[in-house]
Amino acid sequence: MLNDVTFGQYYPAKSFVHSMDPRAKIVLMIAFIVAIFLAKNFFGLAAVILFLIVAVAFSRVPFGRVLRSVKMILFLIIFTAVLNLFFYSGSSSYKPLVDWWIITITYESIINTIFLAFRLFLLVMGTSVLTLTTTPVALTDGIESLLTPLKWIKFPVHELALIMSIALRFIPTLMDETNRIVAAQKARGADFETGGLIKRAKAVVPILIPLLVSAFRRAEDLGDAMDARCYSGAKGRTKYKKLTFTWRDLIGLLFVAALITGIVFLNIYLGGKFEILGYFL
Amino acid sequence: MEAVKFENVKFAYREDEEDFAVNGVTLSIGEGEFVAVLGRNGSGKSTLAKMINALLVPTEGRAEVFGLDTADSKNTFEIRKSAGMVFQNPDNQTVASIVEDDVAFGPENIGVPREEIGRRIDFALNAVGMQAFRDATPSRLSGGQKQRIAIAGVLAVMPKIMILDESTAMLDPKGRREVMDVIKKLNKERGMTVILITHFMDEALEADRAIVMHRGEVVMDGTPEEIFSRSDELETYNLTLPRAAYISKKLAEGGMPVKGAFNAEELAEEICASLQKI
Repeated sequence: MLNDVTFGQYYPAKSFVHSMDPRAKIVLMIAFIVAIFLAKNFFGLAAVILFLIVAVAFSRVPFGRVLRSVKMILFLIIFTAVLNLFFYSGSSSYKPLVDWWIITITYESIINTIFLAFRLFLLVMGTSVLTLTTTPVALTDGIESLLTPLKWIKFPVHELALIMSIALRFIPTLMDETNRIVAAQKARGADFETGGLIKRAKAVVPILIPLLVSAFRRAEDLGDAMDARCYSGAKGRTKYKKLTFTWRDLIGLLFVAALITGIVFLNIYLGGKFEILGYFL
Repeated sequence: MEAVKFENVKFAYREDEEDFAVNGVTLSIGEGEFVAVLGRNGSGKSTLAKMINALLVPTEGRAEVFGLDTADSKNTFEIRKSAGMVFQNPDNQTVASIVEDDVAFGPENIGVPREEIGRRIDFALNAVGMQAFRDATPSRLSGGQKQRIAIAGVLAVMPKIMILDESTAMLDPKGRREVMDVIKKLNKERGMTVILITHFMDEALEADRAIVMHRGEVVMDGTPEEIFSRSDELETYNLTLPRAAYISKKLAEGGMPVKGAFNAEELAEEICASLQKI
């Protein structure tokens, strides 16, 4: 179950998107998220989906791999969608479809729910494209570079970037460790599959405690190893990876700028998401 | 000049305690030597290793690396540059998720210019035979490969001494062989001073010199052959013989005319010779 996590996992390949500057990709992702929430109607949403498909195609990451990243938060999406469907409180110009006890389902709430689910899906998939095509190191380099102006206010940019890259680097290691601990506790008769919510939550404690202890031990080892390799903070440090902005990044940024402009125009000319109801009802 | 010089070095993990993990060690290791340090768990061998690159500083006595006193914090950086250390757990030494970034970490720390770092990565990965894995993810490599990457990470700093603190303990036989081949090559071809902390007696045979530690003290010091021919003494320190030596000893005790052998080839020859006598 724990091996399914693609979030934050790099997919090695040589592609247009892979060789883009991580800074450009981060900016692109932020712009993409803005576009998702800017889109007011289904045409705008379709444009965002098209953009995502093109981005995935150019990243050479299998589409299924990108979809898999949604699996983790599928429950969350369904949960929010259901709540939204039942308890949508916007005004409705049509007769409610269901009006029972505190539950009301209207045409608007259906549309709103579809919209919400799409937005969440696109949000997660968009960020996955970034993390699948960018090594965690490049990602932290990018963030470090984008945050550089904050050094002026004595913000520890380098330290933060290093902490992030080490945290990312230890995800697979701690994941393996968790699997080992789960197996060890199962071998001693621990039961993680049955019982109610509280019982299951309690069953997690014998996993978390050994995991925490081992994480601290690893941290100590890593500290020694870093010391032994002459680590002494950001001062006097050089950087091997240099970020360079290329024509690829320019194309990417122009592309996303076109997307946002397009969505703004679609919003203006085609109106809000509920207007589609007028064609059907 | 000696690479490492210890003068009556003592170390206690807690200041108020009289329980010394290393208790009065006087030792010197010359440049280009390949020294194996043997001992049971808790014999103080890892503590000794950590004092060589100033991760720990002697509580009493004096430790020098290339004439620099490790107790002086001004020397720490220089000492760590000249004495690199590889640790036990291959998973806990890598800082980056890509091999080349991890190898670059050391040179980055000491402020090597960018182009030079690229050359050093080439050199270091070549030396450990991992050049094909430059873009690989360490967590997907085998234990032996991870440990070779850790060695490359240390090599990229261009140290003169390489300390391996039980670096083969968590590896399978194949991984152990890989790592041993790499460090032997570094010692023979590049004249690297190697200090190998281990509890595998067979590994000690590949060194030029073996030191046995017991309860924080150096109790034996000589060539591996000398040390392993004193098997009764070794036993009092809870150490065993290398496999071939153990077999030859048992055969001799059983009445077979074999002389002490230290590796499989010698043992095979001895057995053949003794069979011909019968």
